[in-house]
This record gives sequence, structure tokens and C-alpha cells, in this order.
Amino acid sequence: MAKTRYAPDRGLTARMTLTMFLLGLVFVAFITVLVLILGATGRVSNGGIVFFAVLLGLALCVGSFFYSDKIALSAAQAQLVTPQDGPQAARLHGIVDRLCALANMPKPRVAIAPSPMLNAFATGRNQKTAVLVVTTGLLNNTDLTDSELEAVLAHELSHVAHKDVAVMTIASFLGIIAGLLVRFAFYSELFGGGRGRGGNNNNGGALPVILIVLVVGMVTYAISFLLIRLLSRYRELAADRSGALLTGQPSALASALQKVSGSMTRIPTKDLRSAEPLNAFYFVPAFKAGGKEVSLNSIFSTHPTLERRLRQLAEISEQLSKQG
Amino acid sequence: MGFLDTLLGRTKPAQPNLDELFSLPTAAITLQAGMNLVPTGTGSVCFRAAEGKAFSDIESDVRELLSMGSGTASVEVTTDSYGFTWLTCQHAPDDFEALVTDLHAVNSSLADGGFGPQLLCTLVSFAGDSGRRLGIVYLYKRGTFYPFAPRSGEQRDNALELQVRGTVGADLKIEPDLTRWFAVWGAPGL
Repeated sequence: MAKTRYAPDRGLTARMTLTMFLLGLVFVAFITVLVLILGATGRVSNGGIVFFAVLLGLALCVGSFFYSDKIALSAAQAQLVTPQDGPQAARLHGIVDRLCALANMPKPRVAIAPSPMLNAFATGRNQKTAVLVVTTGLLNNTDLTDSELEAVLAHELSHVAHKDVAVMTIASFLGIIAGLLVRFAFYSELFGGGRGRGGNNNNGGALPVILIVLVVGMVTYAISFLLIRLLSRYRELAADRSGALLTGQPSALASALQKVSGSMTRIPTKDLRSAEPLNAFYFVPAFKAGGKEVSLNSIFSTHPTLERRLRQLAEISEQLSKQG
Repeated sequence: MGFLDTLLGRTKPAQPNLDELFSLPTAAITLQAGMNLVPTGTGSVCFRAAEGKAFSDIESDVRELLSMGSGTASVEVTTDSYGFTWLTCQHAPDDFEALVTDLHAVNSSLADGGFGPQLLCTLVSFAGDSGRRLGIVYLYKRGTFYPFAPRSGEQRDNALELQVRGTVGADLKIEPDLTRWFAVWGAPGL
């Protein structure tokens, strides 16, 4: 058996497991509390709201799961390209071809998005529907060397290999249901409550029940939101790690990260709002996470801080150069 | 990749499969007999150099090993436009076995040093009448071969490639997934 230089990051694995466990725990607690509230008050009619929220949440998740590639492609106005579509497309395909052969993974489709921002993202629910999207800004940038572009693509291919779209969609399910429930409870209090007051007070008990559901939903939404963001940051670190190990060039990824995140602070020529919806899948989010309140920003961020990512890459670089 | 690896976002780098390489000499005989394609005596190993001293040490060891070996062999190192390194060995055309042995020595040195995942492919070239050129590419991570026949202007001679697949199908494990037959334009020795 040939020896391997691959050393799994057990700390990262453990933290990711804990995050997912907590998400599951919050989900179970949420459902249990709802069932208890509705059961205790005997108001099964309110169960309809919960049922409807779960159903709609499920529909939203299934929809975004199955159409993630099409939604993301059209939101970014990206065009699928073949190697015959000009020298840029040929170069991009060449790099992806080699990386896929190195990683022994099926080749995803490749698309180019017309945007001056330096970015790339991967989407699609599985390896068959996966699409790798690169902005024209990234391809045209003369600052970025070939090995840095390769490092960025290796990071995105790791997202595909880790099935991050599927994992994050399932993880967001809880947050979506809780969010919908809050909204439904709010509306039903607004309208249903109004009717109750107008009538013979036969709907009097509904108000506190709906209020409790509202509060439970909000708390669940807040916790799951933070956990999902945490999970997203761990997935980014995992993708950095696999990407760097794939090319064997952690320093190229580090310098690419520095260049790409540096350009994010420059004034973009296009409205930032048009870039926001895709943020979670971008290589570097389009918002500036800088300033001094890094602590608060880093809790809400979908991506780890640049310092955190560079630190991990430096560790991998050290591992690779170890003798013997 | 297993379910747990997906869930935890960890990928183990793919390890190369080195043994299949030794089925090349039989295939070379079949190609010569069936399609009049003769080995040119040139073969190359393509890998992605990793950063750091450990890798560059192994790389220079390999070069030394090859140039020390059989006297007829010459070794050349080139880097292609994608940043991949090609170690090209030139042997006498009739000494195909020695070429394959040399190529295997490169693989095993890299793999023994823990850099097996950096190996991309090995290519041995053949030439036919009327300027036909053919490369048989070995994909380490798949343990499979595929034919690559370049024509002028970055065009592939798909007819020749498919014909080769039919001819050597019994000798070599041919990559069944055609999307993995990626082009290696400008590969040294082709």
C-alpha cells in the first residue's frame, strides 16, 4: 500500500457533525413543541397552519433542489459553453478536464457568466446535473495566474464532489418551515384574531396559541439560521481543503483568495443587489465582511474569514512539504 | 465517495492504479498487426507538481533514476500551458517493454513518496502510414486507457480513435465513459 500524505482534519469533521446534529435536534424539538402546544389546547384547526407550512416548505425545498442549476444559471445569466466556443471556453474546459481526471470525478457542465466580478460558483443537485459557472471577470483578469484560476476551479469542483447543494438545501429546510410558520401565524393572528373579537368571543383561546407558535417559530428560525451559516462556513473550509489537496498547490489557492477578495472591496461596475441571491454558492461572497465588527459579521457570514481560510491553507502547505 | 464522506465534506485524494500499465506491450503488438500503427518509442508521464521541497526532491530523484538507467533512453521535462509537468522518455522504437518499465518506475517513485494523487496520465505514442498519429492515454485514477488521435488544428480523428478501441479492446481496459476521453493537445511526443 502506497503511503498517503492525506491527513483528514478531524477537528473540522467533528465540528461539522456537531452542527448537523444540533440542526436535527432543533428540528425535532420544534416539531415536538408544536405538537404539544396544539395537542394541549385541543385546537387541531391550527394544525392546518403547521401542515400547510411544512407542505409549502417541502415544495420550496424540492423545487430549489431540482431546479437549482437552472435557477442559478438564469439568475447569473450564465451561458453553457463547449470547448469549441472560443479560446476562453477551450482553456476553461482544458483545466476542468484535467482536474476531473486527477480527482476521478465525472466532468460537470461548464458555463460562463457575464459579470465583471471575480467569482465562480458550482450548482446542481448531483454530479450529473452539476454546473460550474465562472464569471468573465475571473477569466479576463490578467492579475490571476493560470494556477490560481485552477485553484479556484478545484475549490468549486470540491463543492460538487461534496454535494454541497444537496446538503445545504436539506439543512435549510428547517429554517424555511419555521420562517413560513411565523409568517402564517402572524397573518392568522392579524385576520383570524380580528374576526374573533368581532364575534361572540368563541375564538378567544386562539390568540395565545398562535402567539406561542409565533414565538417558537421565530426562535427556531433564529437558531437554525445561525447553524446553517455555521455549516456553510465549515463546508467552505472543507472545499478549500480538498481543492488545495487536489492540485497540490495550497499557496495558489491562498493567493487567489487574496486577489479575489481584494477585488470585492473595489467599486464594482454593476449593482451589487443583482448579485446577492447567489451569495451562498459564490467563491467569495460579494459583501465586504471587513470592518472592525468581524465577530458579529463572521457569525452571519456564509463564508469563513479570509484569515481563517489562509491559516488552513498554510497548514496544508506545511503538510505537503513534510519530508519522507 | 461514501455517504458519510459526502455528509462530512471530506474527499480522500484518488489513488492511482499502476498495474494496468503492463498490458501496454501486448496492445502494441495488436495495434501493429491489426492497424499498422507502430510505437515511436516515446512515452510520457503527466503529473501536477505539488508545491514544497518534498515533491521537488522526488522529482529530481526520478529524473536521475531515468537518465542513469538503460543507455539508449533520453529524458526530457516540459511543463504544458495548464501547469502540468510531462516527463518524456525516448527509447528505441523496438524496445517498447523498456519504455513501459521506465514509465512505471516514474509512477511508483511518485506513489511511494505519497504523491500518487498528483499523477494525471501516461501517454505512449504510435505512428501510422500517411502521417497518422495516435496516443494511448492511461488514466491512473480510473485504471483505464483511451486512444487520442490529434489532427491539425486541434481536431480529433474520432474515426481512428473508435477503430483503435475496437482493435485493442481485448488487450486493454478501455475507458467506457467517452466524456472522460479528454484531449491532451500538444502532449510531448505526439
